[in-house]
Amino acid sequence: MAYKKPSQKFSGKIREVTIGSDLKLGGESTLPFYSFDGDTGAKPAIGMEIWDILPESWPQSLKNIFGEYAHDPVKWAKFCMEKCNPDFICIKLEGANPEGNDKSPDECAAVVKRLADEIPLPLVIAGCDSDEKNAKVFTKVAEAVPDKNYVFLSAVEANYKEIGAAAGMAYGNIVSAESSVDLNLAKQLNILITQLGVKPERMVMNPGCSAVGYGFEYVVTTMDRIRLAALDQNDATLQMPIISPVSFETWKAKESAATENDMPEWGNQEDRGIAMEVATAAGVLATGSNAVILRHPRSVEVIRNFIGELTA
Amino acid sequence: MALNGMEIYKMLPKKNCKECGFPTCLAFAMKLAQGGTQAEKCPYMSADARAKLAEATAPLMKTVKFGAGDRTYSLGGETVLFRHEKTFVNKPRFAVMFDDSMSEDEVSKKINNINSVNYTRISEEMYVEIAAFRCSTGDKQKFISFIKKVMQTCSKVVPMIITENPEIVFSAAEEFSGLGPILYGANEQNYEAMVGIAKKYNLLLGVKAPDQANLYNLVQKIQNAGYSELLLDAGGRNLKTAFDDMVNMRRTALLSQDRTFGYPSVAFVCDMTKDKMMEVAIATLFIEKYASIIILNDMDYSMALPLFALRQNIYTDPQRPMRIEQGIYKIGQADDKSPLLVTVDFALTYFIVSGEVERSKVPAWILIPDAGGYSVLTAWASGKFNAKSIAKAIKEFEVEGKLKTRELIIPGKVAVLKSDIEDELPGWKVIVGTREAAALPAFLKDYLQEKAS
Repeated sequence: MAYKKPSQKFSGKIREVTIGSDLKLGGESTLPFYSFDGDTGAKPAIGMEIWDILPESWPQSLKNIFGEYAHDPVKWAKFCMEKCNPDFICIKLEGANPEGNDKSPDECAAVVKRLADEIPLPLVIAGCDSDEKNAKVFTKVAEAVPDKNYVFLSAVEANYKEIGAAAGMAYGNIVSAESSVDLNLAKQLNILITQLGVKPERMVMNPGCSAVGYGFEYVVTTMDRIRLAALDQNDATLQMPIISPVSFETWKAKESAATENDMPEWGNQEDRGIAMEVATAAGVLATGSNAVILRHPRSVEVIRNFIGELTA
Repeated sequence: MALNGMEIYKMLPKKNCKECGFPTCLAFAMKLAQGGTQAEKCPYMSADARAKLAEATAPLMKTVKFGAGDRTYSLGGETVLFRHEKTFVNKPRFAVMFDDSMSEDEVSKKINNINSVNYTRISEEMYVEIAAFRCSTGDKQKFISFIKKVMQTCSKVVPMIITENPEIVFSAAEEFSGLGPILYGANEQNYEAMVGIAKKYNLLLGVKAPDQANLYNLVQKIQNAGYSELLLDAGGRNLKTAFDDMVNMRRTALLSQDRTFGYPSVAFVCDMTKDKMMEVAIATLFIEKYASIIILNDMDYSMALPLFALRQNIYTDPQRPMRIEQGIYKIGQADDKSPLLVTVDFALTYFIVSGEVERSKVPAWILIPDAGGYSVLTAWASGKFNAKSIAKAIKEFEVEGKLKTRELIIPGKVAVLKSDIEDELPGWKVIVGTREAAALPAFLKDYLQEKAS
């Protein structure tokens, strides 16, 4: 009997969403990188994370790289662009944190406005740990950068109304729906946001992310199920591209945060941080992410090669 | 090809004798089709029909073994493509590649790394299970003594012998058969000799062909030669082709129900890149997508920490959360006056809480009672995490003898437990902690300051 290569064709397709002026996410009708089955859509995108304040809590290796630029987000973003050529920049408005600097929504909007004026790449805008504060901040920021197709990361159950109304409807940006590692929660939030009036083609989703080793099996299984529902059962409520803020999770894990003094047998701390970031990024890309957010230039390089070889 | 219940029914004697333990032949046939009973249970079936049925009702992917004694490992035996359908059962094993043309320095560096990467993570010991030996020199004596030398200093690994020269494979098998090595290198030209050696010593045999179609034909020939302890390699050595091989071999076995590819497969990640971080990325992909042996150039801690952790994650039962052992855990240089926190035994919660405590740089203790392996709220709601279970843990782990502190910090989400716990533990004061672990660093610093003032 001769070999017959199997093939899986799906009726569903992930929606293609354009962020910024021309960065396309999604559009695939196969599982990730299954080019032997059909159209794998747009190449997964890589973003780099910067902050609006000095990232005191970051490991020393990252401060060594970004330290001289990190006091100014525009300089920092330019440095990332020149050194690493990412597809987008993710500005995390950590300074808005009420437990920290408690910057006002207007201050945050001014930072994003400056970035928008000086950085040609699309922006992904992330908030701080407070859902309530993010609702206020995102409303002001969306108003300051109208019709840019920037992604607002993220709207959660507690604040999707404000963010959906401002970013998704009034000011022409894109809403990212964030749920915590559960297919039904992801579906429910997507439905709520579209019922509000946000068009599905102006949405992406973050169904939760964690670092490898930290319940990552839930992330993989949730994304597998979301993708199979979208492709196999043609579930339109789950056909949004997925964006995964990998760096938010991996750099605080013990494997990345422990210094060589803390864990002498573990060896070089910078290598550990990169490896955690690379493994987590490759891990979510293999199960359905359309974009990952990273911190270290070396991770960006490796993941770009990884995507390049799989989509060649 | 697997048979369905009706096809099996046609092959049965249809006597409804009930001697198989089922009321009718049809019921027996249906159960057989699902793998719920064995063909041997029917006393009246012809030998021919029984053999055919045994084959048709066997698992689609064979479970094979390598190694010896307490270093015996199973590979394969997978039944699904996605872990939410049913647990992935036999986790991939990691190998480090040794080539007999390598410099002494390079060899000793790898040996050092293999011996130092050895740690326990959630009750599982993590170490490299296989040393892969590639014979590039073609010198039999040199190759055998090279393997011996490495094996003397790396006692934990099982050797994998890589050469397409049957004469060398034969000598290596003779020398190391007690260790249950993997023989790798059966191809179109040498397979008869290689199968002979593998059969003689009953060893796992790696089969290699230039592509999937050629591998398919070769596996059929080897099966016809009467051997089925196989490990597959469809030859892809660039990432895209190797990924295609890995996914399509697995789908051929499980979706096309074709046992020709119903064996575990090996990923030569070491041949796809020389960049360590790229190896991490590729190995990650193949942990999620179907490799059973993953061969790397090296394994230091920076590679091991994410890769072993991911493997542990992916090969868990999706129905049963990972649990951390109950006990009292020391974070940093905690002494008998350091703060004491309590949380649940759900591994993920423990990792997040301990991570935040570490980040705070405040030395502390974390008490883990029996909480059923659930998250804080679920454990509380199901009555597994309450004043009694917490008080029991305080006594069981002799906290009062070990620590001078009589204050216990509980998760903010279960603030309602405060007075109950204080009733159960006379002399103790319960402090309500944060609702989210992320707020712990600030909380612990304030807590210490307040105590100092």
